[in-house]
Amino acid sequence: MSDEQPFIHPYIPNSVPEVKERMLQEIGVRSIDELYADIPERLRFAGRMNLPEPLVSEAALKRHVEKILSRNRSCAESLSFLGGGCWPHYVPAVCDEINRRSEFLTAYAGEPYEDHGRFQSLFEYESMMAELLDMDVVNVPTFDWCQAASTSIRMAGRITKRYEALVCDTIGPDRLQVMQNYCRGMMSIVPVRHDAVTGLMDLNDLAARFTESTAAVYFENPSYLGFLETQGHQIAAIAHARGGLSVVGVDPISLGVIAPPSHYGADIICGDVQPLGVHMNFGGGQGGFIATRDEEKFVMEYPSRLFGIAKTAVEGEWGFGDVAYDRTSFGVREKGKEFVGTAAALWGITAGVYLALMGPQGMEDIGRHILQKSQYAMKKIGGIAGVRTPRFQSAHFKEFVVDFTSTGKTVAEINEALLDRGIFGGKDLNGDFPELANHALYCVTEVHTKEDIDTLVGALEEVLR
Amino acid sequence: MTSEKKRKIQGEPPAEKPVRLRAFHQAKWDEEIIFELSTKGERGILMPAVEPAIEEEIGDGISAIPENLRRKAQPALPEISQMRVLKHYLRLSQQNLGADLNVDIGQGTCTIKYNPKINDVLAASPKVAELHPLQSESTIQGALEILYKTDLFLREISGLDRFSFQPASGSAAILAMASIIQAFHESRSEGKVRDEVITTIFSHPSDAAAAAVKGYKVITIHQTEDGLPDIEALRRSISKRTAGLLITNPEDTGIFNPKIDEITRLVRDAGGLCGYDQANANGILGMTRAREAGFDMCFFNLHKTFGTPHGCGGPACGALGVGANLVDYLPVPLVDFDGEKYHLRFDLRHTIGKIRSFYGVFPVVLKAFAWISSLGERGLREAANIAVLNNNYILEKVKRIRGASAPFARGRHRIEQVRYSWEELTRDTGVTTEDITLRMADFGFHLWSSHHPFIVPEPFTIEPTESYSKAELDEYLAALEKVAGEAYADPSLVKGAPYRSVVHRIDHSWFDDPAQWAITWRAYQKKHVQPNPAGSQPRR
Repeated sequence: MSDEQPFIHPYIPNSVPEVKERMLQEIGVRSIDELYADIPERLRFAGRMNLPEPLVSEAALKRHVEKILSRNRSCAESLSFLGGGCWPHYVPAVCDEINRRSEFLTAYAGEPYEDHGRFQSLFEYESMMAELLDMDVVNVPTFDWCQAASTSIRMAGRITKRYEALVCDTIGPDRLQVMQNYCRGMMSIVPVRHDAVTGLMDLNDLAARFTESTAAVYFENPSYLGFLETQGHQIAAIAHARGGLSVVGVDPISLGVIAPPSHYGADIICGDVQPLGVHMNFGGGQGGFIATRDEEKFVMEYPSRLFGIAKTAVEGEWGFGDVAYDRTSFGVREKGKEFVGTAAALWGITAGVYLALMGPQGMEDIGRHILQKSQYAMKKIGGIAGVRTPRFQSAHFKEFVVDFTSTGKTVAEINEALLDRGIFGGKDLNGDFPELANHALYCVTEVHTKEDIDTLVGALEEVLR
Repeated sequence: MTSEKKRKIQGEPPAEKPVRLRAFHQAKWDEEIIFELSTKGERGILMPAVEPAIEEEIGDGISAIPENLRRKAQPALPEISQMRVLKHYLRLSQQNLGADLNVDIGQGTCTIKYNPKINDVLAASPKVAELHPLQSESTIQGALEILYKTDLFLREISGLDRFSFQPASGSAAILAMASIIQAFHESRSEGKVRDEVITTIFSHPSDAAAAAVKGYKVITIHQTEDGLPDIEALRRSISKRTAGLLITNPEDTGIFNPKIDEITRLVRDAGGLCGYDQANANGILGMTRAREAGFDMCFFNLHKTFGTPHGCGGPACGALGVGANLVDYLPVPLVDFDGEKYHLRFDLRHTIGKIRSFYGVFPVVLKAFAWISSLGERGLREAANIAVLNNNYILEKVKRIRGASAPFARGRHRIEQVRYSWEELTRDTGVTTEDITLRMADFGFHLWSSHHPFIVPEPFTIEPTESYSKAELDEYLAALEKVAGEAYADPSLVKGAPYRSVVHRIDHSWFDDPAQWAITWRAYQKKHVQPNPAGSQPRR
């Protein structure tokens, strides 16, 4: 294609020379270049961007990109037991149908009039999450669990006017890193030890570290390592007795069978909506939620949008809008609470669709299903000679640590051999936790059949023979 | 001979069709709140049953959970059959005016352009949707290639040396830049001394707010009469305490700052780092770059400039680029290529760690990769040029609308957007920007005001991008002119709007009152629904 020919790309209508000409006339200039008069020569980029020739035909573009993508081997083509912050769950077709609708997919920041649907669906998301969490306030989603936990801790710092957070040392490495960067210079993140046998928080260590500077204690249910923290009440009691808050991260898909943290004293709850109807997307499906009681001192510390319901000029008509907008950085820039902007709204809408489909019985069913499947997997994997699981002697949900120390093989070697058999083994914990050098984190959900688990066990036996 | 034929013979362009203002009415389903659709016992979807052999071997699964951790009562979620759930959300979608249906030029600063459908198709592939981020590198070579090559593309577009796609929005990228500024100075033992970040009032609110999250004192430079940041005030604000600069250019006024390199030089000479907020890059692709302007870092919003959908407010990507001196500070991992294979690289000496889990929002990066691949170097320049052409066309026309004006830089051209004002119209008629935005909804259009604070009185911001045809721009302008005319002829008409949108004027009185605000349905029930002795819930 020569530069003399007009370049009329399907995405750019006004490249048509006659149209362009007419618009230039209307503006009163001879060329588009005149419109750039404010950019001085010294700031002009004189060269050419070294980009590949354009794939102007959609067919050629599709072929090109699909060829690259063909070098991926996805979990749909394999048997995967990976979790660790991004989990395989069944995604109902209606979830995809809704989040692929142009009206939602391509919308952004319309007013609560022409974008009434966005406001209502996110209000309903907040409302259904509130039922699941048994809390009265839930935000429009932030980026992911990492961000939700980081913001929860900063909220706790502002509410208590203290600058330190105690964090369970079984937290996942990504989450800890995000938290540390987000709090750096403003709040310190202090680890609390876990019991070597059960994995549960060491309450003596917690009590010893809890000082007058401690804003909150943060733990997770299930933990990153899959076990359930059963001492929620005691942890909250220690925090509350000393003027601090209890902040709990939770996997929402467990809450049909597991008590929500609000039932054991949590003041702020956070977590990720990805399990609720969002594909894994190579880690792109995450969306963070934060929930609290409906108390002004909590609500006013959210940085997020909070969509509330309202009346309109017409009797019986619902409207929606921003609650307490002036606490946000949109309202008052650096004087607002942290910052707000684009995050993961579409995944919030999707999670709402998921909860509406599942209903109370569906959430109980899936929770029970995951318990049964993961317990079966633990039992069978634990039955392999030299393999120990669960590594922590506690109740688990969905994920569990497998100890391969006595097998004489490293997790890397085992996973390599499993891969040859079409299986993605659990996440190698080597490097993440010093005591878990030759351990792996396995994830089993409702997407796994008994046959899948038996296949894994058979392959492991073969590999470890 | 008709005049039309005569034109054709004389080689003149054909006469334009008169602009038709459509008799619009948005869908209004008067749709219930989802809890009102619940019928006990209905099911929306069923999960597979657990195999009997597992039941037999394991039992109910719940017995293994300590009593105190079991949920005692089911969550009070609605119970709705599948088609009804679908219908509910489809109706809500019809009550939402996505860009695909709209001439969405009224949301300035946000670059609402066409989001090619083919890119959505590609991202929906199981090769993307069912990919797990912790898979072995050998099984994710395609994804790593996309990340690596998009990095190469953005290096060309910015002149910088390395990109990370981990920040999941522009604000997250600003936070990452502020984090790098902090880590950089700390690594040189200047972290405590350098505690100020400079930004400008027409840069995005997050340029100020995300810096404050990192503990920085924020200095905000206001504009002078020409609409550009007061460079003397900036000079005075620079000191040994200056950690860095976070600035947009063009700012939200659409005026390109010709002294941007002077500003970066001042800050760099004082030992600060310069971060370029390129959320407003759509008009300058291939024309001017972060490199030439003297920046250490920049970011692009892939969901704006690079054509990926906004998703009602994410998921998104603020692609963060740095010069060679700061590569070591980027969040981990980066993607390397050894000539044969792609690898994740974690060993960055000064890394700020993580800004988000995993590698950011991969499907968004994929869509941006496809967008750039479709356009190439010439297409990118064309997109920028036409975006600027469209914007100046709109500017020319808006200036002719009674009551509207374009403050600052009079007689000069703008880049990709303009912050306008209804100040005169408000003074003449009492009709405000908010009134006009609501009346525009009656014509099927969205019009936004502006970020706070309102430096420009009664502001509105239009950014037409390259995506809309002249006929569509004319239609939008006709609606704007019509509404302005109505304001002069019958202000109460505009003040009562909207009439043909989904709902009527919203009563804001609950939103700032803790006793009345209701952020969830259950909070609404507690605060506003009187207990009903008969036990049935009143509808509204």
